[in-house]
Parts: sequence; structure tokens; C-alpha cells
Amino acid sequence: MSDSRELQVKDKQEVAAPAEQTRPGVVFTPDVDIFENDKEITLLADMPGVASEDIAIGLNDNVLSISGEVKPFEEKDESDVLIEFEIGRYSRQFTLSEVIDQGRIEAKHQDGVLRLTLPKAEKAVPRQIAVSAA
Amino acid sequence: MFARGLFNYPTMGLRHPFAELERMSRQMNQLTQGLFGRPGLGWRPASVFPAINLTEDADSYHVRAELPGIKADALDIQAVGRNLTLSGERTIASEGETVRYHRREREAGKFSRTIGLPGDIDVNKVDAKLANGMLTVTIAKAEAAKPKRITVH
Repeated sequence: MSDSRELQVKDKQEVAAPAEQTRPGVVFTPDVDIFENDKEITLLADMPGVASEDIAIGLNDNVLSISGEVKPFEEKDESDVLIEFEIGRYSRQFTLSEVIDQGRIEAKHQDGVLRLTLPKAEKAVPRQIAVSAA
Repeated sequence: MFARGLFNYPTMGLRHPFAELERMSRQMNQLTQGLFGRPGLGWRPASVFPAINLTEDADSYHVRAELPGIKADALDIQAVGRNLTLSGERTIASEGETVRYHRREREAGKFSRTIGLPGDIDVNKVDAKLANGMLTVTIAKAEAAKPKRITVH
């Protein structure tokens, strides 16, 4: 990774939601990094403007869903002069191919980035069965 | 330059009934700009990171930018004259040699952007706050730029 690279503006991508939203408003897909090692899968998601308590993480069968609510932070008497990015909820779903140990999932949230650690379930250890002679 | 009020759609929910239409019209504009490489009327997306929302009230300007994963000490904010410069660097720590990536959408790099504010500002009264990856810079308007009540004798 070169350090001198300039960051470019990326348009926020709207979600093509599988189900219709009950509330009006825009829903975006957060940018994510997903990587794994032998023991766990880690997911990093950029969700700027979302407070820790407004993040919801769900794991249903093998579908992982993350979503974040953005509270309006503009004051009532502010009028828009220039608007380049939109504010909306974040939502994204992933299908996991590995079996996850649900009890040990960890989530951390710092500076608008969610870090989710999903430990892989311990594989059944092969067991040797000894036959005792009568 | 600033497109005042042209695409004044609400940021959360529906503030007025044509919000959705205006949003669509902005997206159409973006599309046609992409096709013809020519800016449409008034609004032009800035190609400089970060994207900025600028709002004002009677006393101050509010500049907001989404900067996830950037620490406060990696940010440099300067106000000179009517200009506000935001610069910094986003670094993404290495996760070690052994990891295998499935997706890599988050980007790291340097950025620097200067925006001109539409009125005079008081450079001594600039307040910046970074919370949950959202930067809010509040810049006090200069006394001369504030609305004045004129008494009639």
C-alpha cells in the first residue's frame, strides 16, 4: 500500500433492499473489509455518524446482517448551503460459508468503524475408538 | 461555487413533499454529467475528498464531513480568510501476513480540501468536533456578516 495515495470521493451506494423499508429515508451499504485467518473471520465496516448504541448486528442461520441508524444531527434553524453527501441508514447482509461460534462473537466500534470478530466453530475433533479384547 | 437551495433536499426523512423528486433529479444530473462530462446547472459534485455538507444559521456556518476511521490527531483544520482547509490522512493498519481477504472496499490515503465560505468568518471562533467518524466544524460568522437589526429613529 502506498501511503501517498490520494483519497477519492466515492458515491455512497444505495441498498437494493430485499424487503421494503417501513420508514422513509435512504439506506446505504457501508464499505467493508472482510478477512479471515484460521481461527476467525473479521469484518470492518465504515459507518460514519452512527453511535455505538444504534448499531444492530444479527446472525440468523448463516446470514449476518449489520445495520446502523443515523440520528439527525442538524439543528432545526440550519439551512442547507451545499449538500454533497446524503445521510441515511446503513444496512448490509452477508452469507457466511463457515460455521460461527455465536457465543464468542465480538463487536467493537471506534471512530465510526465497526469491527466484528466472528470466531469459527471448533471442528469436531476426530476421536480414536479403541477396541478392547474381551 | 455554491448552489444555494437548489438541491435543498432533506437529509433525514421527509422535510417537504418534493424531497424524493429532488433527490431523483440530483441523481439524474449526476448521471448526465457522467455521460457528457459537462456540469449541469448549478450543482457539480466535488471530486475532492471528503464530501462536505455546509449549512448555516444566523450566527455560524456548519461544515460536516464523513471521516470514518480517522483519529482527531490525524486531522488538520485551518481557517484563513474565508477559506477552510481540511487535510489529513487515513491509515488502515495491517492485519498481519496470514490473513486472507474476501473484500477490501475501505481505502486509505491522504486528503486535503479547501472550501470557500460564502461570507466573512471569525477565524478565532472555529470549533471542530469529531464523533463516530463524523466531523463537524462550526465557524462563527464575522460580526459584519451577521444579520443586523436597524433601529428607526
